[in-house]
Amino acid sequence: MKNWRQKIGLLLLPVALNFIPCSLSAHPTIAHNMELIGSILFYVLLFGGILVAALALLSKSAGLRHQHEDPIAPKEVLREQMHEMTSQELDSLLDLLKKGKKSSGSQGSFPGKSASALMLIVLSLLSVPALAQSTTQPSSLLGEAGIIITIFLLLIPVLGGLLIMILRLNRLKAQYRDKRHMAEAGALAKYLKGLPEDEAAQILAKRKEELDFKLSNQELSGTEQVKDSKGLIQNGQPAGLPFVTMKKRADKRPKVDPQLSKLVLWYLGCATFWLLFGTTIGEYLGIKFVAPDADHVSWLSFGRLRPVHTNAVFWGWASLAMIGLANYAVPIVSNVKLASYKMAWWTLGLINAAVILGSLSLMAGINNGGGEYREYIWPIMALFATGLVLTLINYLKTIARRTTKEIYVSNWYIVSSIIFTIVIALVAYLPFWQNGLGETIAQGYYMHQGVGMWFMLFTLGLVYYYLPQQLNKPIYSYSLGILAFWAQILFYTLIGSHHFVFSPIPWWLQTVAIVGSMGMAIPVIAGTTNFLMTFKGGWYKLGTSYTLPFFLVGTIFYFTGSLQGTAEAFRTTNLYWHFTDFTVAHSHLTMYGIITFFMWAGAYAIVPRLTGQEPKQALVGAHFWLALIGLMFYTVPLMYGSTIRGMMWMEAKPFIDTVSYMAQHWLWRAIGGSLMWISHVIFAYNMYKMYTPHKEVNVRQMAIVALAQETEINKEN
Amino acid sequence: MEFFNDHKKLFTTAAAMFIGLTILVAIIPALKNDKINRPLPGAVPLSAEARAGKMIFMANGCVACHTQQVRNVDMDKMWGKRPSIAADYALIHRTDIWRNTATLMGTERTGPDLTDVGNRQGNKDWNLVHLFNPRSVVKESIMPAYPWLFEIKENPGKNDVVVNVPKEFMKGITGKVVASKKALELVAYLQSLKQVPLPDGTVPPEFLYKRTEKLAAGNGAAPGEPALDGAALYTANCQSCHQPNGEGLPGAFPPLKGSKVVLDDNPELYVNIIMNGYTGLESQGYGPMPNVGTMNNLKADEITAIMNHERSSWGNNARKLTVAEVQKLIDFAKTQPVASQK
Repeated sequence: MKNWRQKIGLLLLPVALNFIPCSLSAHPTIAHNMELIGSILFYVLLFGGILVAALALLSKSAGLRHQHEDPIAPKEVLREQMHEMTSQELDSLLDLLKKGKKSSGSQGSFPGKSASALMLIVLSLLSVPALAQSTTQPSSLLGEAGIIITIFLLLIPVLGGLLIMILRLNRLKAQYRDKRHMAEAGALAKYLKGLPEDEAAQILAKRKEELDFKLSNQELSGTEQVKDSKGLIQNGQPAGLPFVTMKKRADKRPKVDPQLSKLVLWYLGCATFWLLFGTTIGEYLGIKFVAPDADHVSWLSFGRLRPVHTNAVFWGWASLAMIGLANYAVPIVSNVKLASYKMAWWTLGLINAAVILGSLSLMAGINNGGGEYREYIWPIMALFATGLVLTLINYLKTIARRTTKEIYVSNWYIVSSIIFTIVIALVAYLPFWQNGLGETIAQGYYMHQGVGMWFMLFTLGLVYYYLPQQLNKPIYSYSLGILAFWAQILFYTLIGSHHFVFSPIPWWLQTVAIVGSMGMAIPVIAGTTNFLMTFKGGWYKLGTSYTLPFFLVGTIFYFTGSLQGTAEAFRTTNLYWHFTDFTVAHSHLTMYGIITFFMWAGAYAIVPRLTGQEPKQALVGAHFWLALIGLMFYTVPLMYGSTIRGMMWMEAKPFIDTVSYMAQHWLWRAIGGSLMWISHVIFAYNMYKMYTPHKEVNVRQMAIVALAQETEINKEN
Repeated sequence: MEFFNDHKKLFTTAAAMFIGLTILVAIIPALKNDKINRPLPGAVPLSAEARAGKMIFMANGCVACHTQQVRNVDMDKMWGKRPSIAADYALIHRTDIWRNTATLMGTERTGPDLTDVGNRQGNKDWNLVHLFNPRSVVKESIMPAYPWLFEIKENPGKNDVVVNVPKEFMKGITGKVVASKKALELVAYLQSLKQVPLPDGTVPPEFLYKRTEKLAAGNGAAPGEPALDGAALYTANCQSCHQPNGEGLPGAFPPLKGSKVVLDDNPELYVNIIMNGYTGLESQGYGPMPNVGTMNNLKADEITAIMNHERSSWGNNARKLTVAEVQKLIDFAKTQPVASQK
């Protein structure tokens, strides 16, 4: 049986040989040719698959050999076999014994060994062409699609052969097993026949009696009526069939300081308002793509409303929700009270004022002149920045007073995020470096730092607190959190200019941005791993929690959305994606898929604790699914359509044709946007339900009250 | 670790790292840009009217859909003769005390790039009617309409600019549509957007990622016959005025369907109009035609394809022209003045 191994070794040889040339040839050109990397990945997957198949084969054949070496059953085994018989089998056997009939085993035919050996040789010969072909190809051609296809085609027989061989082996194994079983059956029959008749019947009858024994099912409970004299059983109601899965209710927690509670609720309440407002505008803008003549009012025209939408959801919704959730998290991980509630209230007022004034001024046609998310003029943005400075002071004071030794990683992220954002706002609004293209360089920096350092960094900090809290277990790795923190600062700071690839800003600056975008894989993978590993061992909680699905979706989009950003930064992808709605889809996958889902997770995690009221679970489910499905409807058609539009541009098709082409995808976007918008209305209703105390009439309590009143009256009489 | 437990050290380090990198990738490049770049010799500052128009352009957020940058990639060739360079933006400074610099480079191209729109679409009448309602001239357009930049007057005065709006876009309006000062300023701004030629002898940056010519030899086209898509070229260069049905717009743009000039066996005037523009139909109420062929840098084979498309569509039926014939006429037209009434 040693030659099994040799044959498998022979099969693996072409695989191994195929590996060598392509890995060698890929090396010198790796930086220049992305397609080559793709093809290498393809090879690795392909050969990885073959390797796995071969290993599976190896273990199979080893198993077969083991079986073959097993000695044929001795007497003890036969006795055991008899012991394993079921009651019915025993019955028929007893019958047989009574009738004194004889049974005999049959002989199976052994399949030709030579056939399988021959097949193996043929298979290994079949792989030879593949070997010859791939090694004689000039190495530079390995990245060419045609070559890949050719190699793939040549590998089909090899793969098919392997598959057939596995199947054959399986059949061989089964046949062999059957034969052995038949032999055993013969031996057993012989053994049974060999026993003295009475003895056999006695043993079997005794065994049947043992098997037929049954419990009465009342051994423990007895036959008395059940009485709960200690009042132990609480849940007397029949459960019925729930229409939606029952989720676990929020744990009862010690009372939160009412002052903090009120503050956080106000932040989240205002944020919810801005979400509704901002996305109502967004929804209307989506409709305008399909119906451009929906209105002819200057304040509602597309160019004016677009920044109203983006700024309202950025500074109104996400920022207020983040700071609101942090007002709870920052002190609690420091084990102290928030340093100043007054400052926090001021921040709330300032940010709200900024968004109200900003939205009005944008609609009135007063804006900063171009840069995305920088549309608010500086006096309005100064209100927001003042709010940030107050928050920073407040958090720093809180952390300085902490009673824990270490600063929990959440606070690293949150406080750094606020510091960075103040710097970012200064770079964006100070006039000293904004002449000509300087404005563009500052804009690239500002736009992306605003997204990555304000929203992403801050939200990650929140997740480091709220996710472990909801899973009721510590974060998987503190070190990964720290690695991601420093890596994010190092790489994210560099990537702003990737919004202006191929523009006249310095070429080296664009390259730095692209390299930085690739570096972002490190913090993103570290963060995702950390969150998913924290889930590990707690996955079963996902089904019974109404917050954890939001965390999971946020985590998944953190990975996919962020890495999509990396892919978008490459020069080649810029050709067909830049300037199209792909960017819009990407920003929704990230700002909505990551940030907004995490904000919802946080809101559903914290508000029931603060108010003691829970939302209707079916409505939380409706919110979740509408938002998720809506987001998919929104982004997937836009990404697909934009790719085609970019390719049409590259083919120099008339511009207006690419506009008409997008119409269908814009319609899908509007549909997806509508689903998302409905989910926000439901979210707002859920918030309302969590905020207002339920005033349900408690039948039993009211009955007692009525009775008490009655006795009172009776007494008086 | 001690360092991680000291909030002052920790946050100072993080901030220092961030600020350091910020200075390297944002502040220094921005300051350096200002130092080394000067406006091109041929660059003209915006006129007072165009400047006012730019404020309207900004106020209405036009940058949300229109870029003003020609990237140095081949696919952007349709938006300018050369890639944009830093010097193109050197004239732009802070708008006023409230508002930042507006280079208006943009990040989305939902609508066409406007770097060179003053050359590409120089027709004032078209711009006005397009602003009043873009769908009146470009059916598929999704651009917002800007009726609030126009006034309705029963009896327009002598100095009023009356806009010829097609009937179906005049629903509920009695009187004449007159361009307001704002509309005229906005159009003045758009018309001022022209790529400044580089000084003589300066080689412009290259367009990268050249398109591999699919229509190269071997696709069955007879020698001398252009293998270009005349319909597509017509859509890109002519359709916004002369319309997909070739009928133009009454009172604004003349029809090509049944046009004598288009169907003439001798296409000398026809080529001249494309290359040099035309004012010959002003007496009939049609505006001047810009020199589209020269502005859009169309080659002889492209012009031939467009002409043959126009001569064989919408019921037009005239003989096919050859590239060589048209090339000769183009060379001739370059020596000729703008054609007027004949």
